[in-house]
Amino acid sequence: MTEPAARPDPLDVDGFLDDPANRIVVCCGSGGVGKTTTAAALAIRAAERGRKTVVLTIDPARRLAQALGLRELDNQPRPVELDGTDPGADLSAMMLDMRRTFDDMVLAHAGRERAQQILDNPFYQTISTSFSGTQEYMAMERLGQLAAEDVWDLIIVDTPPSRSALDFLDAPQRLSTVLDGRLIRMLSSPARAGGKGLRKIVGAGFGMFSKVVSTIIGGQLLADASAFVQAFDSTFGGFRERADYTYRLLRSPNTSFLVVAAPEPDSLREASHFVERLAGDSIPLAGLIANRTHPVLADLPAARALSAAEELEAAGSSPLAAAVLRLHADRVAVAEREKRLLARFTRAHPEVPLVDVPALSSDVHDMEGLREIGHRLGQA
Amino acid sequence: MTISDWDGEPNRARLHWVSGKGGVGKTTAAAALALALATGGRRVLLVEVEGRQGIAQLFDTAPLPYSEEWLAAAPGGGELRALAIDAEPALLEYLDMFYNLGFAGRTLHRMGAIEFATTLAPGLRDVLFTGKIKECVGRTDDRGRHVYDAVVVDAPPTGRVVKFLDVTKAMADLAKVGPIRTQSEGVVRLLHSGDSVVHLVTLLEELPVREALETVEELDAADLRPGAILLNRVRPPRLPTRSITAAAGGRVDASRIRAGLEAAGLDRDAGVLDGLVAETVEHATRARAEDEARKRLAATDLPSIALSEFTGGIDVAALYELAEELTAHGIGGAR
Repeated sequence: MTEPAARPDPLDVDGFLDDPANRIVVCCGSGGVGKTTTAAALAIRAAERGRKTVVLTIDPARRLAQALGLRELDNQPRPVELDGTDPGADLSAMMLDMRRTFDDMVLAHAGRERAQQILDNPFYQTISTSFSGTQEYMAMERLGQLAAEDVWDLIIVDTPPSRSALDFLDAPQRLSTVLDGRLIRMLSSPARAGGKGLRKIVGAGFGMFSKVVSTIIGGQLLADASAFVQAFDSTFGGFRERADYTYRLLRSPNTSFLVVAAPEPDSLREASHFVERLAGDSIPLAGLIANRTHPVLADLPAARALSAAEELEAAGSSPLAAAVLRLHADRVAVAEREKRLLARFTRAHPEVPLVDVPALSSDVHDMEGLREIGHRLGQA
Repeated sequence: MTISDWDGEPNRARLHWVSGKGGVGKTTAAAALALALATGGRRVLLVEVEGRQGIAQLFDTAPLPYSEEWLAAAPGGGELRALAIDAEPALLEYLDMFYNLGFAGRTLHRMGAIEFATTLAPGLRDVLFTGKIKECVGRTDDRGRHVYDAVVVDAPPTGRVVKFLDVTKAMADLAKVGPIRTQSEGVVRLLHSGDSVVHLVTLLEELPVREALETVEELDAADLRPGAILLNRVRPPRLPTRSITAAAGGRVDASRIRAGLEAAGLDRDAGVLDGLVAETVEHATRARAEDEARKRLAATDLPSIALSEFTGGIDVAALYELAEELTAHGIGGAR
């Protein structure tokens, strides 16, 4: 297959981390691509290059959390020990506690008594723990709080392992729609809420729907939801302001987005969607990190290696050399496929700088491994 | 343990859930399994529930609508159909079945009221998905025979799958009486019966294996039936087992490789030899980790089936090859 060479700009990770104008870095990408690990590696590298850095992780694997010295999920940045480096290096790490972040928001925006009513409501408990999008929303909220503290040179944030890399951009809006409560009020007492205009449009169907909904989900839930909305009403303005603030923060010139992708079609397709979505919101993408690539380490064409391996096997000699030649040919095939997939991405998005990070041969679960990834990131 | 030692459970089940950690190739494995089950003249439905249109992309077809569409022919006269389930049309379908909503349904759809109802009760979404799947499994033709010999679902990833299947819990969100309640009770019976199994796809890497093992425990605890472990993207072993440990520790006999290269007439500079040695060490390190992963998986008494790596990527032809690998292990067709 001959495809025109697509040569993206290399992503200068070190220059990017050093730039004092960069204050917030959001790492996005589909699940399972190594987003959290990459965010941690970037944070260590930035701190060791002299920037006071905090990394906000979402649900890190246990051993990664241990590598960062995080033992419990307590929603507060904790200093990370960077043994053996410049003692001036300053890194903190935290794990998001979404329930706590949500509770804190309620406490901040509702009076004490009202806050307690909200926190005790069963519907609130559903919304704050299982509504899809709450994690994204709270991650962005916590990011906003860290930014407002203004004690960090650089905040690096991991995004939740969503179905779609875009969910965290949309979640605040989606949740706002639910919390806005107009529909809940209409469902619980359609006669009083919604106004004549809307009832006229929906007509008798609405009464029917309201009945159907309560048949399906039960009257108790609807009653809880209605009580929640009434208690939440005065608090809602505060939440919406926060969502607007966070959205502005994400669009500020001091915020950059990096997409982490595996050199696989699904992951790169998701990365493409993301690039397009950001472009639609006029947010530039800082770059694509092609994670865990398998570059060829020996300059020997696969065909040549295979014919030599066959020759040795036929002669029954040098089994080790034959095996090595075969595993080299496998590796060339993998590397070529990865290059082809990345070239395809670059042809569609030539403006996106790219860095590829060769895979480590074993899983990363200590500081040394994270530093090695940082090193590979900085080598573009 | 192989499938044949195992009492043929996967072939007795009519509903197959396929889960795994994100990025392990769940959709690919589900499609290959569906093709294998359809082999030899059977009709199988392949379902997806997360709105990703992964099946359409895999088979290189237009996005699937909310209806059961012909997808592919299986070897030996079998037939594969596909369905992408969405919560909205599934809810409207229910409502239409029990209440004549008609025009009002469409209006509510425009207002976002259905999105809203599924938000209000997060469990409702899962109940709608599993309810639709149950209907497909149980559907019969006018002679009383099952329309589908098997239904294969590209299920949510390991982090969410048990919650998704544990409909009993989701029902706490729902009304205590009414049509959806009745339907859900039927779903619970089906999911906990021998007709339903949950297969787990994993790569031979530490994290996906750990998630698979944790999910097996969760499934057991929820009284749901784990099926087979599908090892995806398994690479052929190149180094003999005995050299793997040494090579992974960095001990590769470069002089023997050099002699071999010379014997094959490959006259290359020292850089090539160094590169080959480095590739060999990486290969061995990975092979050793794969071995560890296999050992950990063997601790479960579930059968595991290896699916080959396709370095060129997965296309429709590769799916048929993967299906053959499954058939060779006694899945589907053979009986």
